[in-house]
Amino acid sequence: VVTLNHYLLLSGILFCIGTAGVFLRRNLITILLSIEIMLNAVNLTFVAGGRYLQTVDGQIITFFVMTVAAAEAAVGLALVIALFRHKETLNPDAFTLLKW
Amino acid sequence: MELITFYIFATISVVSSILVIGQRRPMTSVILLIVSFGGLSGLYVLLDAPFTAVTQIIIYAGAIMVLFLFVVMLLNAHTEDDSSGPLITPRGMKIGALLSAALAAEVVWALQQVGATTFPSEPGTAASISSVARIGSALFTTHAFAFEVTSILILVSLVGAVVIARKEH
Repeated sequence: VVTLNHYLLLSGILFCIGTAGVFLRRNLITILLSIEIMLNAVNLTFVAGGRYLQTVDGQIITFFVMTVAAAEAAVGLALVIALFRHKETLNPDAFTLLKW
Repeated sequence: MELITFYIFATISVVSSILVIGQRRPMTSVILLIVSFGGLSGLYVLLDAPFTAVTQIIIYAGAIMVLFLFVVMLLNAHTEDDSSGPLITPRGMKIGALLSAALAAEVVWALQQVGATTFPSEPGTAASISSVARIGSALFTTHAFAFEVTSILILVSLVGAVVIARKEH
């Protein structure tokens, strides 16, 4: 039978895949995609927790996370476009203006 | 039966998420992430959350990923700059991979310390949390303030995205 632990384990693995993507990749778009993977892993935890506690609050917070993810994607992609216009590259190592 | 379905959807989402990280072409990454979201929405159906499954497909795969696709096509940057070398080169990145693996091991270890927790299976519980009417009434009564704040957030990010992406003269 599928237990709560199955879902928690799956979302933990997905979250680690997301962090690995943020750490490993040198492409701004892929980094944003990895953040989306992490947000979805957390969403899965919320929905599984809501099912366990028999409440709809898990699904409601998932709804809010999706809204925040949409806002984050819009602003993040606008930043990517602005950065690409400046340097003609998507490599985050190229943007060192604020680096000491 | 439920276990088999769980494993099928879990494998789909984990494998396609790993492939998202491993792709050099951002376009392929975005398409694979949509596949991963499809697997996750199957899991939401298994968790008696059909509303969340449908919003996952409509909002995430339909709206956010299309936004990503637009930007990938607009920038016309097909691959990373160093497309010939190995994917993981500098030392810092290896430490990053190590840290992610350590985090995964910790999560697995911690979950093994907790005993298996089964979902409540009394008849009627599934119906009560999968009802869209329940979700709607909770959203517009208990969480009405958060809902209204969300609309302001969307407005701010809309204006912010337009201002940031605008061409300077």
